[in-house]
Amino acid sequence: MRPDLQELFRMEKLPHIWCPGCGHGIIMRAIAEAIKESGIDMDKTVIVSGIGCSSRAPGYMNFDTCHTIHGRALAFATGIKLANPELNVFVITGDGDATAIGGNHFIHAARRNIDLNVILFNNNIYGMTGGQYSPLTPTGSKATTSPYGNVERNFDIPTLAIAAGASYVGRGTAYHDKLLKDLIIAGINNKGFSLIEAISMCPTSFGRRNKLGNAAKMLELQKTAAINVKAAQKLPPEKLEGKFLIGELHNKPAPEFTEEYDKLIAKLRKEAEQ
Amino acid sequence: MLGELPLDINLKHCKACGICYAICPRKALAGDKLGKVYMSDPDKCTKCGICEAHCPDYVIFVRRDKK
Repeated sequence: MRPDLQELFRMEKLPHIWCPGCGHGIIMRAIAEAIKESGIDMDKTVIVSGIGCSSRAPGYMNFDTCHTIHGRALAFATGIKLANPELNVFVITGDGDATAIGGNHFIHAARRNIDLNVILFNNNIYGMTGGQYSPLTPTGSKATTSPYGNVERNFDIPTLAIAAGASYVGRGTAYHDKLLKDLIIAGINNKGFSLIEAISMCPTSFGRRNKLGNAAKMLELQKTAAINVKAAQKLPPEKLEGKFLIGELHNKPAPEFTEEYDKLIAKLRKEAEQ
Repeated sequence: MLGELPLDINLKHCKACGICYAICPRKALAGDKLGKVYMSDPDKCTKCGICEAHCPDYVIFVRRDKK
């Protein structure tokens, strides 16, 4: 690892427990690089996670970290941010953690537009528990609980977050690591709820069952299936079939929750004094 | 002459996923019989850093000359 990044990791905990070829390691480094480049104070940074493969990440990162209960990472993070608004709060969560078990917390944190940086590791499956399908498993994909193909439709996380009221939404992949890092930095600078969906890959539970090949082939798939939102605007709709958009998908500043809350406290104090 | 290789490879952490030698644009890397990475052709390496950026286990570090 780059020597200048080593202070951001708990080096004695590495190597991590993720499977060979898991994309989570690449995304975790993108987060570390983004924190390093944005220049925020490491002692004023908290990383919160829920349960799942992705949520192991804060255990390897040298910050004040919080490994919380399943799906409730955003609820804990809301409490941390509201109690001490000067902290930079990151939430690392997985596809099942954020959209199935914590689906309600997810939409309400976005609705409040509280200043959290959420990085959602999307590997399309519940990897840690043996490969059950999640709300982000694409229709038709095989999983242990859908051996003949998933009949359900999957969520489009950025659209869900935009509809719920998030002020910054982006999507990167493990292959486009530089873009992912830039999106996370933009999320840090955004005052409000920032959601970065990071497309990861799970060669062990998802790739193997769906015959997508090894880790390198799955990474190659991300390269071919992803299309930057700026390039997509110039393309006809038939060329976008089967592709997904990456880049900055939504950036619309809105009143931030903790600031509004402080304003209300100040207003009420003023009225009480009069 | 390990010190002269363009890459610093920490084999203890390598899980033999094969991403680095599949993604290397110059094919300077290869896998041994266990699938772990080694530099098959150090002269081809241009220190582009793609392997470093895509190694999920932080095995590779590109030795860049300080300017």
